[in-house]
Amino acid sequence: MEQLIDKLKHEIIGVLNLSEMTPADIDENAPLFIEGLGLDSIDALELIVLLEKNYGLKLGTAEEGKRVLHSVRSMAEFITSNKKG
Amino acid sequence: MQHKVVVTGIGIISAIGFDTKGVMDSLQAQRSGIGRLSLIDSVYKDEIPVAEIKATNDELLQIADPGITGNYSRTSLLGIIAARQAIAAARIDVSAPGRTGLISATTVGGMDRSEIFYRGYLSGSGKARLRDVVTHDCGDSTEKIADCTGIRDYITTINTACSSSANAIMVGARLIREGKLDRVVAGGTDALTLFTLNGFNSLMILDRNPCRPFDEDRNGLNLGEGSGFLVLESEEFACRENKNVLGVIKGYGNACDAYHQTASSPEGHGACLSMLKALEVAGLAPDAISYINAHGTGTKNNDLSEGVALETVFQAGIPHCSSTKSYTGHTLGAAGGIEAVLSIIALQHQWIYPNLNFARPMNELGFVPVTAFVTGIPVNCIMSNSFGFGGNNSTLIFSRY
Amino acid sequence: MESYIKGTAMISPQRTFEDKGFPEEVINYTGSDYLGCIEPSYRDYIDPMVARRMSRIVKMGVCAAIRCMKNSNVEMPDAVLAGTGLGCLEDTEKFLGSIFNNAEKLLNPTPFIQSTHNTVAAAIALAIKCHNYNATYTHRGFSFESAIQDALLQLAEKPEANILTGGFDELTVNSYHITKRLGMWKNHPVTSLRLKEYNTRGSLPGEGTAFFMLSGIHGSHDIAALKAMRTFYKPRDHHEIENHLDQLLGEAGVHLHDVSLMMLGVNGDPSTDSMYYRLMSDRCNRLPGAYFKHLCGEYDTASSFALWLSAILLKNQVIPESIGLTGNLPGVLDNIVIYNHLRGSYHAMYLLSRC
Repeated sequence: MEQLIDKLKHEIIGVLNLSEMTPADIDENAPLFIEGLGLDSIDALELIVLLEKNYGLKLGTAEEGKRVLHSVRSMAEFITSNKKG
Repeated sequence: MQHKVVVTGIGIISAIGFDTKGVMDSLQAQRSGIGRLSLIDSVYKDEIPVAEIKATNDELLQIADPGITGNYSRTSLLGIIAARQAIAAARIDVSAPGRTGLISATTVGGMDRSEIFYRGYLSGSGKARLRDVVTHDCGDSTEKIADCTGIRDYITTINTACSSSANAIMVGARLIREGKLDRVVAGGTDALTLFTLNGFNSLMILDRNPCRPFDEDRNGLNLGEGSGFLVLESEEFACRENKNVLGVIKGYGNACDAYHQTASSPEGHGACLSMLKALEVAGLAPDAISYINAHGTGTKNNDLSEGVALETVFQAGIPHCSSTKSYTGHTLGAAGGIEAVLSIIALQHQWIYPNLNFARPMNELGFVPVTAFVTGIPVNCIMSNSFGFGGNNSTLIFSRY
Repeated sequence: MESYIKGTAMISPQRTFEDKGFPEEVINYTGSDYLGCIEPSYRDYIDPMVARRMSRIVKMGVCAAIRCMKNSNVEMPDAVLAGTGLGCLEDTEKFLGSIFNNAEKLLNPTPFIQSTHNTVAAAIALAIKCHNYNATYTHRGFSFESAIQDALLQLAEKPEANILTGGFDELTVNSYHITKRLGMWKNHPVTSLRLKEYNTRGSLPGEGTAFFMLSGIHGSHDIAALKAMRTFYKPRDHHEIENHLDQLLGEAGVHLHDVSLMMLGVNGDPSTDSMYYRLMSDRCNRLPGAYFKHLCGEYDTASSFALWLSAILLKNQVIPESIGLTGNLPGVLDNIVIYNHLRGSYHAMYLLSRC
């Protein structure tokens, strides 16, 4: 799980162009949106694309999206529990 | 001295008609132009409904009949068709005395051809013809219109995303009001492209069904294409030439939401400001408005934001209100111009358009849009909203002469 | 109507951003295919969390706008106006590329959002929370002039307003290659400061971002007065060009012999530079000529560089050698006429005065 969390942090930094940040700067338990990293709706779309592109996982509903994208840890848990093969 | 600005001509081409008459027939018959994408090769052809004009570029070229050989993007052909209709309806002779301007608007410009160029260019396949990219920029379609119609005195193009052609009409009106020009052909044009189809799809705001503006279950917008132009003149100029006056540009307002790049503020701050500014310029109270042609794209965000703004501005009660995007789709940069033409038609014929596909009122709002085609009630003043990315909010007010 | 430039900011291929005046040393680009901007330190002006999505042109626009506001002592402009010929090219190309590379699937939305032409004006408004009028013009060689025209209209409606008005265009690797294939640029490497000496086809591409704060009320710290501006499209002959100059001066009540300097958009392409030289020899043969495109290159909104440069000259009353003055060195600089055209089709003239 910790390896996946670290990998996710690198991917998030890349796709959201958080070039001033390192993985150590991101608290995997902190909220990603509004507080914490303070991401917005465009970032949410980018993360949805990331999940599908890199992990083949699609989000079903907006509610599921809110839960899954709450924090890096919740994203990692979603990936782990839906891992294909 | 400030000159009154009147409308003496209109021109339109959209998915619901190739000219004013065609459009009027569709409006009355409540016949929407939203359907299957057929002219662009996209993987989403059978998935994403659009309001496409059922004519190839060759067919549009026949209709436009520019009289000058050249490279014509789809956007410029649509613009030439609508602008020429407006000029003919207003009986404008650009060679006669008077300073005539052309203010057009577009968001995609010649992208319908540029994307063909870039596909070949970026792949390094060598299959990229330069003639497909020379029409890329936004100014190209305006110039094609200017060259075909002979307008030379003042030419420019505006691109403020979905409020573009409303802003073009606003600037045209201001130039006449301040005595800088006597006549302005103002409006906009936009064609469907792979670029915008994929762009809006990546934002996840395209409805896989016909759009449902202001409906609780709305799920996004449908893209459309087309062009709409008005001929604006100073009142004295129009009267001097015995023109038939179709309406008055009574008020206008532009404001910036400054909340987010794409999302509108929850309280519709920018929208409130543009509507209030337009009412101020018009010297009217909200209760003078007979009908609101809303921006009403059908997205969760816009309709809520705009709905809240409407309730804020029209505190005593919202007049008849509908979005015609359920007929025409969201024509992006052309939306303001097309909806201005629809507003002038409504003033002339005393019509109020239905908000098609409406079933359930939004929980957050207290008003319900018009769902029937209404006639027989006085329509004296129409407010038209156009809101673009970047929080660019514009409102126009048209009144009877 | 007369308006006043309260402050400016310029990002260009010269060190124009850090100094308030003309840079002490100009950069001579040798063996160049193009001139690219010297970019400021963005983090000094834009929060990295905001800047992360912005392309070069958006960052440059926001920086220049904020700097211009500082230089003008204006905290909140009454309008934000922009002119750009080609808009946000980099993001347009990025999104197009992604459509083709991914067969329309799983596309990142950010470049699409950033590709709309009004992204710069919107980003400025967002940065300063400006809810006022906001417009972007995009019409080739008239893009910047259209923004200025709107600013003048705003000031006619409300003279005490402060209107933030900018002109910008960027060069990308792709746009350079495409326009090269269209024959717009020289086929050989160029030494930029000698641009107008080459008698070969084409010019040298450049880029830049300029912002101005315009007001209808004269203030003691104003940089220059913009007395008149006009644009004309595809003039029929040199007589028409001369007529426009006469009308420009007549509008402001200025005589030709009161013009201190002609700032000309000579770009090194003899086929279109002839229009400038004809005007100088036929009508303005007693006037000194100055040049600017060897400093900034050719682009749709290059006249904004000329406006910045001319304003600085009037303020400081110093003519740097690098302007490449021809004719007699004027004593006092009272009035400068800027004459620029793009590809012989889009012509603009400005009358700028000391104030």
